Amino acid sequence: MAKGYSIFSILKHALRPSQPWPEAWAKPAPKPSYDVIIIGGGGHGLATAYYLAKNHGLKNIAVLEKSYVGSGNVGRNTTLIRSDYMLGANTAFFEKSLQMWEGLSHELDFNCMVSHRGRIVVAVNPSQLDTFARRGNIMRLHGIDAELLDPGQMKKELPYLDYSKEARFPVYGGLHQQRAGTVRHDAVAWAYARAASDLGVHIIENCEVTGMVMGKGKVIGVETSRGKILAAKTGIAVAGHTSQLAKMAGIKLPVETHILQAFVTEPVKPMVHHVLGWGAELFYLSQSDKGGMVFGGHLDGFNTFTQRGQFFKMKDVMECAASLIPFMSRLRLLRHWGGINDMTPDGSPFICTTPIDGLYLNGGWCYQGFKATPASGLTFAHTIANNAPHQLNAGFALDRLMKGRELDEHGIGNWTYKQ
Amino acid sequence: MRIPCPHCGERDVSEFRYGSDASKKRPAHGEKDFAKWHDHVFLFENPKGPHEEYWHHVLGCRQWFKLKRNTATNEIIGGGK
Repeated sequence: MAKGYSIFSILKHALRPSQPWPEAWAKPAPKPSYDVIIIGGGGHGLATAYYLAKNHGLKNIAVLEKSYVGSGNVGRNTTLIRSDYMLGANTAFFEKSLQMWEGLSHELDFNCMVSHRGRIVVAVNPSQLDTFARRGNIMRLHGIDAELLDPGQMKKELPYLDYSKEARFPVYGGLHQQRAGTVRHDAVAWAYARAASDLGVHIIENCEVTGMVMGKGKVIGVETSRGKILAAKTGIAVAGHTSQLAKMAGIKLPVETHILQAFVTEPVKPMVHHVLGWGAELFYLSQSDKGGMVFGGHLDGFNTFTQRGQFFKMKDVMECAASLIPFMSRLRLLRHWGGINDMTPDGSPFICTTPIDGLYLNGGWCYQGFKATPASGLTFAHTIANNAPHQLNAGFALDRLMKGRELDEHGIGNWTYKQ
Repeated sequence: MRIPCPHCGERDVSEFRYGSDASKKRPAHGEKDFAKWHDHVFLFENPKGPHEEYWHHVLGCRQWFKLKRNTATNEIIGGGK
């Protein structure tokens, strides 16, 4: 466990400003070989390295990051955490993740600003409220908190929605998970990097993997922009470019790369006290601590590696915002950005071994990677250390599509985002 | 992004719907090898670079056509056929 951040260290540094804070993690040069290499210095990769060192006693680990720590999707998401999943393999996994968020700041000695502000999904017709009741009941049977809200309770919790008779999408109720919320996403990357570095993990930034080193059909290391690095085990934990890395080892994946946009408005006074979801269209919104409305919608709809979105999708998402919350039409947009996601056929991820010895896969997170960070690191570390999955990620195997064990959480079939 | 429809000419991408990888070959009718169907339905080349793909001018003339686009830049390289 990393130590050293406290009220006393703040006071000490405040009184002695000439002594700068030490760097949060070491910046070693890459060694010629490691026991385990994790490709990708984002939330999942750093968490994996941390749990490998902490739970499995491995000391000779490197995390290779092509840019700087936190430059990818861990800093591009909308920071939401929740565990309202219905299907077997998903429910337990995402609930474990939510439980891990609860103690994470303490464990890593880094304030990740975990805020259990609750999430409410708005039902816009009676049948949708029925499906929310079903989802809520499944959650409660698994010991996860869920509460169905009627329109009266909705009006009390969310007075700013459009409850008028003229509303295009009338409010019929909602599903409330009180333990859901938000986390400061950059802090998660920094906290795991610092804690992993304290346990001896080498975090090597500006080190892009350009190829896999193969020997007797196994992956025995990687070629990088900083030279060849050998490893007994190599784990892929990148977002967006998972197909490209797997292809270097000769594996074709059930993954397509798509762009998801996110938006933030000018800051206003505290108004939205929950995370909001919407039943009429894929749309979610929360208010940041600085006051900006942070929101996002659906994918642009075609595969691309550009981290910039199309204008028509911005317009769609703004229309969602103004339909759900009328005052949104009077706010000005401050920033918008894009992140590229691995989209899988059933919308669920892969944390698994691969057909190639020495290569392990953590990818295909679709829109749901951030909330999964702690459990993803925990189970991927277990999978790498034991060469077999943890019981929580046994359902996230690469061959599940072949075996008819798809995890289609939306219940609308294959390639949902193309429908 | 603007997309050249072979019938209507260049239009905004919002009029179109993406129709996936056009380089894939469907297994023969009656093919019994399950792995071939799995690969056809689920696996993707997903290149970062030139990609041949189907588009549908769904809010225009409703024609399906092939397009070649660079997925790293969204530049249209060829197509409209």
